[in-house]
Amino acid sequence: MTRLAEFELQQGEGGSVLALSGPYLVSTVGAVDEDLRGLDEPLARIDLSEVSEIDTVGAWLACQLASRHGAEITGASERATRLLGALTGMDSEQALSAPRLPVWSRVPEAMGEKMFNARSGAIGVISFLGAALISAGNLIRNPRRFRTVALVHQVELVGVSALPIIGLMSFLIGIVIAQQGAVQLAAFGAETLTVNLVGRITLRELGVLMTAIMVAGRSGSAFAAQLGTMKLTEEVDAMRTIGISPMEALVIPRILSAVLMMPLLGFYASCMAIIGGAVVGDLMLGIPFWTFLSRIQEVVPTYDVWVGLIKAPVFGLIVGLAGCYNGMQVEGNSEEVGKRTTLSVVAAIFAVIVLDAFFAVFFTELGWG
Amino acid sequence: MADEGEGIDRHERFRGDYPIVVEGLENKFGDHAVHQDLDLKVRRGEILGVVGGSGTGKSVLMRSIIGLQTPTAGDVKVLGKSIIDTEPEDAIGVRNRWGVLFQGGALFSTLTVGENVEVPLKQFYPEISDALREEIARYKVLLSGLPENAVNKYPSELSGGMKKRAGLARALALDPELLFLDEPTAGLDPIGAAAFDNLTRELKETLGLTVFLITHDLDTLHEICDRVAVIADRRVIAVDTVPNLMELDHPWIQEYFNGPRGRAALTAQALDELRKHMDMPVAAHAVKALDNAAATKDKA
Repeated sequence: MTRLAEFELQQGEGGSVLALSGPYLVSTVGAVDEDLRGLDEPLARIDLSEVSEIDTVGAWLACQLASRHGAEITGASERATRLLGALTGMDSEQALSAPRLPVWSRVPEAMGEKMFNARSGAIGVISFLGAALISAGNLIRNPRRFRTVALVHQVELVGVSALPIIGLMSFLIGIVIAQQGAVQLAAFGAETLTVNLVGRITLRELGVLMTAIMVAGRSGSAFAAQLGTMKLTEEVDAMRTIGISPMEALVIPRILSAVLMMPLLGFYASCMAIIGGAVVGDLMLGIPFWTFLSRIQEVVPTYDVWVGLIKAPVFGLIVGLAGCYNGMQVEGNSEEVGKRTTLSVVAAIFAVIVLDAFFAVFFTELGWG
Repeated sequence: MADEGEGIDRHERFRGDYPIVVEGLENKFGDHAVHQDLDLKVRRGEILGVVGGSGTGKSVLMRSIIGLQTPTAGDVKVLGKSIIDTEPEDAIGVRNRWGVLFQGGALFSTLTVGENVEVPLKQFYPEISDALREEIARYKVLLSGLPENAVNKYPSELSGGMKKRAGLARALALDPELLFLDEPTAGLDPIGAAAFDNLTRELKETLGLTVFLITHDLDTLHEICDRVAVIADRRVIAVDTVPNLMELDHPWIQEYFNGPRGRAALTAQALDELRKHMDMPVAAHAVKALDNAAATKDKA
């Protein structure tokens, strides 16, 4: 029994005969396909009588050969006849990959689309903020509709359960700042200024900024994914039909919890960073732990604390808004949830950093430098 | 199973009578046993329907057979080879000889329909030239009853029924001997479901497939299944033709086939048969009368 697909050209009456033999299966035709395509002499008949086994791929090959050379298929077994019958009219020229525009029109089109999306996105966010403020106003007038339980639950998720990771992160950042700062300041013989460095940079900038980034990654993404999934499973629509406003029930508690928790977490992060700095001071610089802390009180002006505390709720609003807005924009399929979640985190972190730069200039102008 | 032996050629087809043999299968999740002492033999060339209540482990059985779920005990032989103790990715010479249609189609969402069909071809037969592979992908898509322009569409652009057909095209990519279908008509409208049933039957006849079909669709059972396996009490309690099953005295089987939906499907099938076999005017009248009778009964 032949194991390989083979073919032979014979001269018969009325023209050449292509005799195929052996198994013509998807697993075997790869070897003969090129050669068969290369045939360019006219064929009168294609003889399948020696073909031991055939599947649709073999039948397809015979079918194509027959139509290309105008040949007639003979000696087909019952199975081959059935397969050939099933494959007639299955010719198609359709390309397998999706049609794509040429690169010179595709790139500008994509850029233009991005621009339009950015514009409609900006308008969307502002309208979303407006809608959130209106429903917040409604809640103030009807405080009974306010969802305290949902708020407490979100406060726990956003605030309490973030304490360990934010604490650890800030503690380590404090260590790094103190250690690296001390190395640089030693060049001027000013190691003792490490206290000023750690105290001011963490309370003014890094404590709140790093916390905002962490909350965006932990909670902003969770908001987007939760609300997005609820949109997909039509839970949001179900709420609307029952007369519950998703804005009041889902969005307000989430944004509010981020706004409330950010100042607390930011201040806590600053404290942890200072403790980290004090540990380094004790171990490397010879400044006793408690002395480091009491020096902080002397060298850090009170307005530094205020700068941090004023920025924090604004950052919280941005993170909560980005998460909820993107979650509520999910439509269609689960891929969209992933995209929107990513977008919410990226947009939130970007906006927080841009806004932080504005705040820095603003507070310096105020004289809180 | 004559063809088992040393030096078996991977091109050689399994010639035994039972391409799928499940013996003493046991599947446990924690303390919960889904299957216990489950035996099942699928005959060559038949469409075997698998039915059972929700949670009786129909899909788990299918996953055990195709090697996605390692059973706690028992043996599964597919095309004469045991697939227990092999990783799903291991090449054991049978994976290119079955095709699987998952419930949602499970198409690769970043590839077009045509590219989806190409994936198994590329994986198993890299020696096939690009031109031939593309031709194969195209005709398989057409063979599954999709329009020509569906070839370069992404799965997200297709309707539920079209996704199933595209999944079927991918399952058929390697000209398999076995076809596994997991609820192929679930979520389709009655017209689409009937069309899919016909397609399954036609493909089985032209390509000589053995089909393992999980379904809840009573019409599918009546119309295209040669035999039906009933899963209950963690075992296959009966494998037989639908009329024979209806004779059995098991509460679940009785409720399943003789409940209102079961009877409606049966009547529909009987009417179909009548229409097919008799074109005589008298028969037409009879059919009409029967139809009317059924309609009045439904109203009542």
